[in-house]
Amino acid sequence: MIDQLYCDEILDLARNSPHRGDLNHPDLLACLSNPLCGDELTIALKLAPPENPDDTDPDHRRIEAFRFVGHGCAISQAAVELLAEHLEGRTLAEARAFSERDLLDLLGLPLTPARLKCGLLGLRALKRALDAEARDRGRPF
Amino acid sequence: MRWDPNREGRDVIMASDGDKNRTVGNAPVGSARQERRGFDSRAMRAAFPALHREVHPGKPLVYLDSAATAPKPQAVLDAVRRYDAEFPANVHRGIHTLAEEATEAYEAARATVAAWLGSTDPLGDASRVVFVKNATEALNLVALGWAGSRLEKGDEVVLTVAEHHANLVPWRMLAERRGVTLRYADLDAEGRLTFEAVEAVVSERTRVLAVTGLSNILGTSLPVDRLVALGRSVGAAVVVDLAQAAGRLPAPVNGGWLEADFLAFSGHKLGGPTGVGVLVGRPERLEETEPILGGGGMIARVDLDAVTWTEPPHKFEAGTPPIAQAIGLAAAIDFLDQFDRVAIAAHEQRLAQRAARELAALDGVRLVGAGADRVERHGIVSFVCDAVHPHDLAQWADADGVAIRAGHHCGQPLHRRLGLTASARASFGPYNDDADVDCLIATVRSALARFGRHRATVAVGSHRIGTPR
Repeated sequence: MIDQLYCDEILDLARNSPHRGDLNHPDLLACLSNPLCGDELTIALKLAPPENPDDTDPDHRRIEAFRFVGHGCAISQAAVELLAEHLEGRTLAEARAFSERDLLDLLGLPLTPARLKCGLLGLRALKRALDAEARDRGRPF
Repeated sequence: MRWDPNREGRDVIMASDGDKNRTVGNAPVGSARQERRGFDSRAMRAAFPALHREVHPGKPLVYLDSAATAPKPQAVLDAVRRYDAEFPANVHRGIHTLAEEATEAYEAARATVAAWLGSTDPLGDASRVVFVKNATEALNLVALGWAGSRLEKGDEVVLTVAEHHANLVPWRMLAERRGVTLRYADLDAEGRLTFEAVEAVVSERTRVLAVTGLSNILGTSLPVDRLVALGRSVGAAVVVDLAQAAGRLPAPVNGGWLEADFLAFSGHKLGGPTGVGVLVGRPERLEETEPILGGGGMIARVDLDAVTWTEPPHKFEAGTPPIAQAIGLAAAIDFLDQFDRVAIAAHEQRLAQRAARELAALDGVRLVGAGADRVERHGIVSFVCDAVHPHDLAQWADADGVAIRAGHHCGQPLHRRLGLTASARASFGPYNDDADVDCLIATVRSALARFGRHRATVAVGSHRIGTPR
């Protein structure tokens, strides 16, 4: 079980994270911490321009860049890297529909309840950003 | 009939008023306790059922998380079971035999606690012992019930940066409510918590000095007697969070700890049940303290338009108290009291010191707080591995059966002060031995080997991304 949890793929994802980094002028931004360990994660999304200039629904726009900064355990870092890889190029609507179950399936790890918080930290930060965006609807983008 | 809170076969005289030959637990009060059993960690371990389980197939438990909670000796399990099986009655309510036995056992537990804290007159001091839920509730009771109605804007409360959240958040809440200022004693250049640092922030504006007796992260202690003298010199109340110290340091036999205005600790860290904690106060301070819970058992008289409270300690124990738990705590103290506390403390200190030395010698491991050469590490060593996040390390260690703590250990400010968000912590009890240190070092080594080629996943880039809209 422990070898599965800390397999090469996970350690590589956590170590070599192409999506780790800053993003200037992001369209969506959220920060979340894990109260258990104090780890903090900030995610930032840049959206592509609407494919159809007449379409004003931001949910139809694609995620052009998904970046994160912060620090955390191998599980949280691998999970957010995987999330970024998976969602880049997809629409905001698809990101909204992406569930915790989906991420856990993608990860395929045997997470104990305490480690679920680590695995889901990035996704919960993303949901926070998406919720804030939905609340802000009506404001100019 | 007299209820015997101790194991069968022990000759125990229960104390009663006017009894000149006063005895509490197994030992004569006020005289040197004799005939303590020689201390042997292996024999000690045999008394703790939980220490004999496997956590994974073929992986016996190596328990190194006593600073979070201690396992329970069989004597505690027996005492709790005995209450539940033989006299499961409410206290101070009934006239029947069961109620009297329960009341006697519950009240006797106060004197046992007082004796454990070094009282020279445990029966006399029993009324200073208030049973609450845990150390956190005890500290909240002080911050709300005593300081809450006395401190004003401009008054200062002195804490240290190493306080457990239990002794920080209640004061922060008070600060928000009353405009009180909090001052923090800082670590010294070596990462130690010193009395001098506390002294440096105390002034004539200090009304409360609320500090830890032993840091749950650094493992270093502060001298209670000097804190008391310091508080007195400026007229400040001295509150000591004894959550770690109550189990790790032998109380001075002259009752020095009890000179503090308030002491707080939890029963479960001594091997008692969860659900009982202790607040000990000087009699005049308890008189001044307002109850924070109202209900049955804490009143002298209730009318529809007025209530008079009863005397301490019952004034603070509204509702049915943790009876089984208080009896279990007394059993834990009686169990520990069979052994030489100085020897236990030295044993825990030696194991932590050895662990600190060997951890510090590993490439990529850093100790939290003072270096490995410091000796005042009372059974606790916290550390970080550059290549392995504490959560990953704890999970890795668990697979080897080794239980360590990972996280901020309810001490976020201290971690931030040290530029960390989390650490791993190994803490030792009397039942641990050198083989446990070997297991700790072995599992840390193997984690370093596994994670080593993957560098740390610590902060990269700035913490601020772009410009928020």
